[in-house]
Amino acid sequence: MHDVAQVSDFAASARTEDGPLRRAARNAFPFIVVGALWEAVAHAGLFPARFFPPLETITATFARLTVSGVLPHHALDTIVRLIAGFALAAAFGVAVGIVMGRSRRAEDILLPLVSIGAPIPGLAYAPLFLLWFGPGNVSAVALVAFVSAFPIIYNSWTGVKAVKDIWVRSAHAMGANDRRLFRHVIVPGALPYILTGLRLGLAQAWRILVGIEMLAAVPWGLGWLIFGAQEFLNTDVMLAGIVVIALIGLALEKLVFQRLEQFTVVRWGMLTA
Amino acid sequence: MTAERTKSLWRGALTIVAVLAIYQAVARSGHFAPALMPPLGVVASTLADSLLDGSMFAHAAATLYRVLCGFALAIFIGLPLGVLMGRFRPVENFVLPLASALMPIPSLAWIPVFILWFGLGNTVTILIVFYAALFPLLLNTWSGVRAVNPIWLRAAGAMGATEHALFWKVIIPGASPFIITGLRQSFLRAWVAVIGAEMLAASNFGLGWVIFDAKEFLNADVMLSSLVVIGFIGFITERLIFGSLERATIYRWGMARAAKS
Repeated sequence: MHDVAQVSDFAASARTEDGPLRRAARNAFPFIVVGALWEAVAHAGLFPARFFPPLETITATFARLTVSGVLPHHALDTIVRLIAGFALAAAFGVAVGIVMGRSRRAEDILLPLVSIGAPIPGLAYAPLFLLWFGPGNVSAVALVAFVSAFPIIYNSWTGVKAVKDIWVRSAHAMGANDRRLFRHVIVPGALPYILTGLRLGLAQAWRILVGIEMLAAVPWGLGWLIFGAQEFLNTDVMLAGIVVIALIGLALEKLVFQRLEQFTVVRWGMLTA
Repeated sequence: MTAERTKSLWRGALTIVAVLAIYQAVARSGHFAPALMPPLGVVASTLADSLLDGSMFAHAAATLYRVLCGFALAIFIGLPLGVLMGRFRPVENFVLPLASALMPIPSLAWIPVFILWFGLGNTVTILIVFYAALFPLLLNTWSGVRAVNPIWLRAAGAMGATEHALFWKVIIPGASPFIITGLRQSFLRAWVAVIGAEMLAASNFGLGWVIFDAKEFLNADVMLSSLVVIGFIGFITERLIFGSLERATIYRWGMARAAKS
């Protein structure tokens, strides 16, 4: 834990030693190099432009699809699915995890099921879900929820188990009833773990959502956009879709994951749970 | 074994039996088509048949070959690059922005692009596995090398360690808890990616392809039996390979505390 904290200190000091302009230039430099290489290869004519479009074509496609509203519609549907699946997983996973942590009987009953289900890659269930629920939104959201529930259950369970016994006993000794014990001791004690679980669950949901959208034949969605564009050899559309996926992923990373991490680090003085 | 643990084990076994029994009852009740929800006996005999005629082994071998090639490629590139990033500031400045931009893109999103570029088959799957496995390994190696205690480096330097000895005797063991965590995460991602890639970039072999192909013919028994095999392989690699790797390195070097952080 100590070592990891030190790393982030290093990184922070490295980031603050230059002015913001220099920093921006330094971060932009690798992208300029890669972009220039891409342009050189695309214009050299080694590959057909259909398969390897130059950056200006990708930018034009991106702009055209954004203005016509196609790209925002795909992105919105993907985000809605992500939120719906993740919300289901969060509600269900935290509840199950806490029950497992509190009750020995629930733990004995549920833990075998969780440990059997968790190591199977989420997408392996996809055809089964498609068979049972039919293609479309229900399968996609259900699978996202199913897959992202595992890390949430697991971490909530660990978190409740990690609440120090002495806190529970002293709260009891000071006359706390079950409800107060839960709200003021168990939940705050387990929260860093639960937040870690939510973070892992959301990351997992994001990673497989795109794959499910390709398989589940949903009418809109970025995965479907990319997959459908393959049929027509529209490499520029595919790459524009990947840019949007990268932007959403980056936003998740910066706005959600790092916030959550800082929140737990600052409040509880821990970096990893 | 204490009475408490015996009781836990009994309850755990009872759950699994109960779930299987409920599944069996629902499957037998005839509310759902047997093609969609085959009874356990059918799944077991399908699994046994495919194991006996060797087809399941062929599929598993194809999947393992792809995942190991991609994983090896990720180690081959990610490990040295991560060490270089940790040791040399210019490398870090160049690679880190690219890695943080590429990492949030799920590897599966690249499948259609890679299919267009490389055609259907092993190349696409191996590259997708490589993409999925590269980033956890790269970033963990990088932070591991940076987390090596500077005092160790200075002490080794003061005792006259050469650059070579410093690397092999101080930096690599010091970074090993992070590297092993990275390997583990990488393999998990690779395992997910290979199944997805096999479904979409279907050649004609592999466990992911079997599951997806079985959907076309409504063979739920084939799907469930491949799921069992996939889960089994995942479980074995996680517990046996990475568990023993951890024991052989981190615990032996007395770095278990750091590994948990």
